[in-house]
Amino acid sequence: MATSTEIQAAERSFQHHFASMEQQRDTATFGMWMFLLTEIMFFGGLFCSYLVYRHTYYTAFVEGSQKMNIILGAINTAVLICSSLSMAMGVRAAQMGKPKLMVILLLITILFGFGFLGIKAVEYHEHWTNHEFPGPNFHFETGDPAHPPTDPTHTEIYFGLYWAMTGLHALHMVIGIGLVTWLVLAGMRGAYSPIYYSPVENVGLYWHFVDLVWIYLFPLLYLISHKHAG
Amino acid sequence: MAQQQQHEDEYTHVVPVSLYVGIWAALMVGTLITVLASFAELGIFNIVVALLIATIKGTLVVLFFMHLRYSPKLTMVAVISSIFFLFILFALTMTDYLSRGWATFAGR
Amino acid sequence: MATAVQPVVERETYLNSDYGLKSWLLTKDHKRIALLYLMSITAMFWLGGFFAMLIRLELLTPAGDLVSSDTYNKLFTMHGITMVFFFLIPSVPAVIGNFVIPLMIGAKDLAFPRLNLLSWYLYMIGACMALYGFLFGGIDTGWTFYTPFSTSYSNTHVVTVAVGIFVVGFSSIFTGLNFIVTIHRMRAPGLTWSRLPLFCWSNYAASLIMVLGTPVIAITLLLVAFERLFHIGVFNPALGGDPLLFQHLFWFYSHPAVYIMILPGMGVISEVITCYSRKRAFGYEFVALASIAIAVLGFLVWAHHMFVAGISMYSALVFSLLTYFVAIPSAVKVFNWTATMYKGSVRYDTPMLYAWGFIGLFTLGGLTGVFLASIGVDVHVTDTYFVVAHFHYVMVGGMVLAYLAGLHFWWPKITGKMYPEPPAKLSALLVFVGFNLTFFPQFILGYMGMPRRYHAYPPEFQVLNVLSTAGASVLAVGYVLPMIYFLWSLRYGKDAGPNPWHAVGLEWMTPSPPPTHNFDETPVVTWEAYDYEHQPQEEITVGH
Repeated sequence: MATSTEIQAAERSFQHHFASMEQQRDTATFGMWMFLLTEIMFFGGLFCSYLVYRHTYYTAFVEGSQKMNIILGAINTAVLICSSLSMAMGVRAAQMGKPKLMVILLLITILFGFGFLGIKAVEYHEHWTNHEFPGPNFHFETGDPAHPPTDPTHTEIYFGLYWAMTGLHALHMVIGIGLVTWLVLAGMRGAYSPIYYSPVENVGLYWHFVDLVWIYLFPLLYLISHKHAG
Repeated sequence: MAQQQQHEDEYTHVVPVSLYVGIWAALMVGTLITVLASFAELGIFNIVVALLIATIKGTLVVLFFMHLRYSPKLTMVAVISSIFFLFILFALTMTDYLSRGWATFAGR
Repeated sequence: MATAVQPVVERETYLNSDYGLKSWLLTKDHKRIALLYLMSITAMFWLGGFFAMLIRLELLTPAGDLVSSDTYNKLFTMHGITMVFFFLIPSVPAVIGNFVIPLMIGAKDLAFPRLNLLSWYLYMIGACMALYGFLFGGIDTGWTFYTPFSTSYSNTHVVTVAVGIFVVGFSSIFTGLNFIVTIHRMRAPGLTWSRLPLFCWSNYAASLIMVLGTPVIAITLLLVAFERLFHIGVFNPALGGDPLLFQHLFWFYSHPAVYIMILPGMGVISEVITCYSRKRAFGYEFVALASIAIAVLGFLVWAHHMFVAGISMYSALVFSLLTYFVAIPSAVKVFNWTATMYKGSVRYDTPMLYAWGFIGLFTLGGLTGVFLASIGVDVHVTDTYFVVAHFHYVMVGGMVLAYLAGLHFWWPKITGKMYPEPPAKLSALLVFVGFNLTFFPQFILGYMGMPRRYHAYPPEFQVLNVLSTAGASVLAVGYVLPMIYFLWSLRYGKDAGPNPWHAVGLEWMTPSPPPTHNFDETPVVTWEAYDYEHQPQEEITVGH
């Protein structure tokens, strides 16, 4: 069902060190999975640090976590899940030879991406004005006069990890939005079709991975405990 | 080895829309349960429940949104291997932190 | 159709297919990229050697009289960083692996040629950043970047160099990724895993480590940079941060990194020994699986670098036990290489001389590693020259000799020219003698208690230090000679032909230097690896 433009696009994209288009697309997808494994280990170092310090300074982590906005965090989780749905449907549209639908779904994905970043910006702004950024200006208040901070020194480590982990995640979101934008532009020029859509599939893999990281970040950073720790 | 795939793979297998929407719904419900469960006082099991739900959600994303269910076995092996090594990083590092307070010889 | 030696006149090779700087800097050909790496890595090797020379000059006398202690700290730091990250880790994979692996598996190129070029550019960017840090003030944290000195107290270019290493780490990750995907997906018809040359198995195993381990040091160095730049104090003791967490994360990569360094070298040795014994590899499956075992077990042992750092005794016990296990697959390989040579038709060409040097010196280095695995011994010799000698035995006596073996072995294939054998044998001898003279005394020095990373020492250690410096001079000559005769051979060397060593392997079935597309027709493999019994002395031809 591919048009002649699409067939030409597919032929232009064939790289001749491969024996067939099939080999090329299987190899490309396997390559993207390999890259995602490196991303697992990359974030893994941060999760390991989190594990060590949560174990050692549990109270400090609880108190830091209680300053997180659970509603915004939960909404952001939902936003990312919706973006994964639209992304998966976008890949499917490419697979089914519906380029216009693909473009629409990818644009929706980008919208959700920006939504996530916008909410994150709001959260960051709040934490910044509350002096919850590590460094010489760090100053931690629980916000509850009846329960002053029990371990503010170590809560600075919690916030250090919060900023590093969510910041790295947000950076990956930005890159993801960039990649999906590239797909939209190429898709509008008819580059993708059922015979050639592996860039769409592979960017989809990356996008879902970024969602996956957040699925773990949310409970670990936002939902440690709601009880007063002290 | 020739990579002529006569069987369906992640490129030829079309996932029905209903399955995608179903997974989406499960993920949304999972998020809700995660938040609600965090308010239950389960002590040490709070973290277990939270990670369990996150892992179930993650598995759904990986299997269906990322098409691992329809991908070559090699991809599955690769994913499981990396999780294994991540687990090694966590577990062996924690052998240090968990046992630091234990008694040593000479009564110290 | 036979692919015999083709007429030299006007034959298209990867070297003459296109001219001009752009054709090299924008190439996608794995063979050209390998040569780009060869030039960069050689330059970094000499830079690292320069720092080593200054170190050995300072250590000629007990007093710290050549350089200040701060400068000395910078010298050993820069020596370590240059040699580990910019020479040892990329050397065999990026130079020899890039060139030879697609040929060995009958492919036209790696799976991702543009990613391969990006890997080289990332290497160059990382190298430039590190060089900038070196030139404009240096860095004095040790190549190990231990906190809190690197995060809170050092006044040198920690961030620049750390980010440079971060960048070159991605070069390594992408190379490993490329190799894994290539070996899985691009093998010629008939080339099953059990027919794969052991060089491919070794590089595959090393690539697994590159992909899984390097990201952890990447994030760790990033956190060091964050701490210095943004005061995100994850490792800052003033905030309750744990310097040992840095060490756990650092060594989680840096121990497996030593297997990234040695495994490709072991792969070279497997190829060299089989060729110059004209025998099938003894215990092929064991050697192949030992490579994988080294990669896996190598991830389980990192805290043996931390026995005296303050980890719990119980954790130390676990790591000590696991460290003993990791020696086993290496020993399996040494036994299999030895058995391969037994009753073989052994030739004494230069690559084989380096391979023998490797087996002896790597065994010594590896065994001293087993000494260090014992906590009781380690408590006494850690942070002494015993450790320095141990890792130089495996890294230089092992890895550098393997790299030289590989360069000599595949030089005819890469350039189409033979290097001259007499100076090559002389260099191998000088390297072996110089190496032992440099580093054997250091075992004794360490046992006697001389600490590492000190620019001054008690006078009773001087004789051994002088011997060591003398050895280093001999070693340096042994390194310079190949530079000269390799360059000489480009102009005056004998034409090599496709298979000057009469070796078995797909890379020897295509002309030297190969055409850009490697093979005129995709080979079909019907023979086992190292099938020397069935191979006549003349080159065998590519089948259909």
